Amino acid sequence: MSPSEDITHHRFRVVEWTGETIIRLVAFLSLAAILLILLFVFREAAPLFHPSEFAALDSSIYQASETYGEIEDDALSLGTSSTAGQGIYSAEVMTGDGVSGTFGSQWQPVSDRPKYGLAPLIIGSFKVTLIALLFAGPLGILSALFVTAFAPKALKGWLKPAVELLAGFPSVVIGFFALTILASVLQTLLGLQFRLNALTGGLALSLAVIPIIFTITEDALNAVPKSLSEASLALGASKWQTAVFVALPAATPGVLASLLLGFGRAFGETMIVLMATGNAALLSLNPVEPVRTMSATIGAEMAEVVFGDIHYSVLFFIGVILFIVTFTINGAAEFYVRQRLRRRFGGG
Amino acid sequence: MKKFLILAMLLLPVVAGSKDKAIITVKGSDTMVILAQRWAEVYMTSHPDITVQVTGGGSGVGISALINGTTDIANASRPMKPGEREKLKQRYNSLGVEVKTARDGLSVYLHSDNPVTSLTLDQIKAIYTGLITNWKDVGGNDAKIILYGRENSSGTYVYFKDNVLQSADFAPALQSLPGTAAVVNAVAKDPNGIGFGGAAYAKGIKYCAVAAKTGAPAYEPTEENIKKGLYPISRFLYMYLRSKPTGALKEYIDWILSPDGQKLVAETGYFPIR
Repeated sequence: MSPSEDITHHRFRVVEWTGETIIRLVAFLSLAAILLILLFVFREAAPLFHPSEFAALDSSIYQASETYGEIEDDALSLGTSSTAGQGIYSAEVMTGDGVSGTFGSQWQPVSDRPKYGLAPLIIGSFKVTLIALLFAGPLGILSALFVTAFAPKALKGWLKPAVELLAGFPSVVIGFFALTILASVLQTLLGLQFRLNALTGGLALSLAVIPIIFTITEDALNAVPKSLSEASLALGASKWQTAVFVALPAATPGVLASLLLGFGRAFGETMIVLMATGNAALLSLNPVEPVRTMSATIGAEMAEVVFGDIHYSVLFFIGVILFIVTFTINGAAEFYVRQRLRRRFGGG
Repeated sequence: MKKFLILAMLLLPVVAGSKDKAIITVKGSDTMVILAQRWAEVYMTSHPDITVQVTGGGSGVGISALINGTTDIANASRPMKPGEREKLKQRYNSLGVEVKTARDGLSVYLHSDNPVTSLTLDQIKAIYTGLITNWKDVGGNDAKIILYGRENSSGTYVYFKDNVLQSADFAPALQSLPGTAAVVNAVAKDPNGIGFGGAAYAKGIKYCAVAAKTGAPAYEPTEENIKKGLYPISRFLYMYLRSKPTGALKEYIDWILSPDGQKLVAETGYFPIR
């Protein structure tokens, strides 16, 4: 080996090492950024679990509202007796009950007696998400099945990118479409009492979820070994029988993963639900009543909230709940289901 | 570099000169920020020796700054609370000086096909707190009332809650929408809808005339009615001071109340008080 060759080789190693280090650094940086965001969200929500940290703040608010006694009494005399009951309940929250105050059934954060009940928001989030999946699931899976098993090559060539293009649609555009057009159409068609409701929001949300379910299901169907379908067809099964009874069952873990990822997307989506669901914090299971979701609540209220206030911590606590739910679901989709998919085809 | 030097030379006298300038600090209501900034801008062009610094933050923030002595003027879109007056008295032995600078009105919208044309304040309160849920209870069709309003981060929400609902909570069925335009749009498409917000012009909605109490005449939110104080859902926009103004502060307040200052009130979309 001549000395000059050795130098170029050495140079190459240096360049390679630098490039590798930079890439590694970037990867760690993005991971660190995610961890720091997480830490931040958890830290801001933490005071809720140490009500004593609010003690000073609370007592001052409480004193202020006490000097306002006369005005509140006026309001009570005009209202019903139930208002008085809520008052007592939330007075407990205000004197520093912290996280236990979030189990209530009323979301009235801007009030003389703020009530931070998360139940209507949690139910709202699940309601809208389930409605979205109810539409997006069958549609996404069936269209993936159509594209992989039945569509002629030419049709497949543009159908697949077209559906995937829907994933790049800005959610604010979908939300605006739902707010102005979809809501009116649904109201006239179904004779709904409320223009903006969970059904409208869920339907609009399904537009954002369909591409996810479609893409992942399609991948899973393509990953099914050709030998399986060929064997089925060779045994005399029709195209339809092969697709539904051979390919689809073989791809079940992937389909499940697509549904879970779709769920995560729908659960965290903010703009569409903020615009299309009416944002009323009702404690109800009726799908055609307005709902307020957790994500929309953060989106609408975070901008004006008093920093360090209970309301502020509660909003971060909602963020923590959202994170835990989506993390669990996406995690399940990633690790468990993918693993099973690999074992099924990898070993076999 | 040359440019930088010229810039520095230009700026130097400004920085040095500011020491001799009288500075008036104004802090408070977000509703009033734009108006207060307009006042400050126009006033400073005609009075180069005076600097007016305007910051927002909310009425409560402004008043506590007044109590802490960090601002000269507190802007407030609500009257001072007794507790705040008490604190001010403890520190400065004064209950503060209240200056009414402008008026602001809030409209209630109905769908133009709605047979209801006027409501009393009590009826509006009962509708928005959920005690009245059917239009027939206020002389309309037999149909459920659909409530539209603003997000709870909005000043309009708080204003309506404080003044019309007298601090009672909104019914949970209130659909909160982002922006007055969204509320108007929703009411225009909903024959059984009711909404509130600033002045707005749109097809499909009409203004609800409001009566202060049962039997009293109902007024529409026209400029005339708001100016005269006949329309019941209107508020004053206040400035609070620690003591009777003197010197530059007095001149500034006098100018705000003068026709020149009041002209800007109308330009920013509120109603002059004189």
